[in-house]
Amino acid sequence: MKVLDIQNITKVYTDSEIEVKAVNDVSLSFSQGEFAAIVGPSGSGKTTLLNIIGGLDKPTEGEIVINSMNINKLSSSELIHFRLHNIGFVFQAYNLIPVLTAKENVEFIMELQGKSKAEREKRSLELLSGVGLVDRINSRPAKLSGGQQQRVAVARALASKPMFVLADEPTANLDSKSTETLLEIMEKLNREENITFIFSTHDQRVVNKARRVITVEDGRIVSDKSNS
Amino acid sequence: MIWSVSWRNIWRSKTRSLVIITAIALGVFAGVYTIAFMIGWVNQRINGVINTEVSHLQIHQADYLETNEVHCYIPNIGEIRDNIANNEGVKAVSSRLIASCMISSAETSSGILLTGINPKCERETSNVHTKIIKGKYFEGVKRNPIIIGEKLAQKLKVKVRSKLVITVTEMDGTISGGAFRVAGIFKTANSAFDEAKAFVRISDLQKLLNIEDNVGHEIAILMNKNGGENIIAQKLRRQYPKLNIMTWEELLPDIKMLNESTDFSLYIYVVIILLSLGFGIVNTMLMVILERVKEFGMLMAIGMSKIRVFTMVVLETVFLSFVGGCVGIVLALGLIALTGKIGLDLSLWAEGLNSLGFEAIIYPEIGTVPVVVVTVLVIITGILSAIYPARKAIKLNPAEALRMDT
Repeated sequence: MKVLDIQNITKVYTDSEIEVKAVNDVSLSFSQGEFAAIVGPSGSGKTTLLNIIGGLDKPTEGEIVINSMNINKLSSSELIHFRLHNIGFVFQAYNLIPVLTAKENVEFIMELQGKSKAEREKRSLELLSGVGLVDRINSRPAKLSGGQQQRVAVARALASKPMFVLADEPTANLDSKSTETLLEIMEKLNREENITFIFSTHDQRVVNKARRVITVEDGRIVSDKSNS
Repeated sequence: MIWSVSWRNIWRSKTRSLVIITAIALGVFAGVYTIAFMIGWVNQRINGVINTEVSHLQIHQADYLETNEVHCYIPNIGEIRDNIANNEGVKAVSSRLIASCMISSAETSSGILLTGINPKCERETSNVHTKIIKGKYFEGVKRNPIIIGEKLAQKLKVKVRSKLVITVTEMDGTISGGAFRVAGIFKTANSAFDEAKAFVRISDLQKLLNIEDNVGHEIAILMNKNGGENIIAQKLRRQYPKLNIMTWEELLPDIKMLNESTDFSLYIYVVIILLSLGFGIVNTMLMVILERVKEFGMLMAIGMSKIRVFTMVVLETVFLSFVGGCVGIVLALGLIALTGKIGLDLSLWAEGLNSLGFEAIIYPEIGTVPVVVVTVLVIITGILSAIYPARKAIKLNPAEALRMDT
């Protein structure tokens, strides 16, 4: 089942009258349960492409259809609501809410969705258990290591039961061991919850784990291969 | 959870939050204490006016207040007085004879308003007897005792038991005089009153004016509590249409205006304080937004609606304002309770204050309404101060905000 379809996406930034095509006529589609990596050097347009896919940025041209909905036509408020229910995000710098505990961070997104307290508690415990942090549920981000924070971020991204998770260089700030643990957890959740994971990365360890690798250079897709 | 997040957010930068809370607390403290000070001050003046000078209501013959003529008296004043005394809410009634006269000592003389009273009745309607600082209230001098103010005593250079000669114009226009002896000297908060008023027994003044019995120029009515005078005034106006019945507010419109304008000007003062604090809060919250650009980007990226982000920032600001406001109010109430008991001594400026009719020792007081009004104003200030920073937050583009290095 196709969850995401982008057609002829172009994103042009204008800086001091110089036009820069960050994404240049990109078409891609992702099916449910994919574990895909978008790779490429810095400045190749990976993050811009991910932001457009996630509805954080609007393309200059082209269409993005998620679950049969063209999100280009949504207002910024409608996009926020759409993201809440359909897309999970994992950021490079974890970006947890510093004043909330690990459990509260995971519950927060479900509260935004209007889920009941009982449901929030059950799912947050399930997810934190799944990422191996059941003993740290009451710790605030400042008391967690980088790897642990990113695992909370993954749990948070999955809490809303999204159609897919976008992870922008999720391992960039992690050491090898944390990277390995995080990738194993994400792979396991991908398998168990059948949720599509799309990463942007230039970390070879992530690339090695991905089942599909899309290479971007100068805003264009130069290869799109399955990684067996 | 937004309430909880907002509350916790304000303690992320404890020093900054404490600084702004302290600023708000000090501003509110100053505002509330000033209100209490002014209310106490004005109420003392009003109580002085009512209890010492004019009572709640006064009744005169129609032309009396314009002419001050001796012949403008109220006949059958005893019956009227007794009838008024039977009304509900009336605490005490006193009838008076009044004459403009010249009072002379061995040294000098002065023009005053001499009031003939029944000392027993007068004790109920006026507290002048409690203001005696030398001698006694109509005691110690058997024949023609007179009570004068300290200021007049100083002017005439007399003391207790000194002799004074009073010259009045009788009913028929004849000038007559009588010798009186100072029985007591009073001192009120109003030095002008102390200088211009003197009291003698009504029977002595009747003889001096050669005026018949059971007449008087003034009936003073003291109510059980403030505020009841308007109802009784309306009733008496219907009952005695030919008499001039006036409340203390009508007799002294400047005091009424002082009372009304004080409330209004105090709220203006508090609003000015809060306005200046509001700019401080806006500045602080703008710093908060600037520091948390990435976080706001993340919140909107993961699906927190703009209205929720807006609410979160507003709540943070309101919490800051509310905590500061509460601390300020509690501190102010504590000081009001303390100084309300022991008084705030402004004796250094006593002469100036007394010349305007104000006490030199102020007892601040405050009711529930001003406290509630200030609390509401603080919350409104918090909400208004949050609007601009909160708008800044929701106008952020999530993708750009997430790229920021904050």
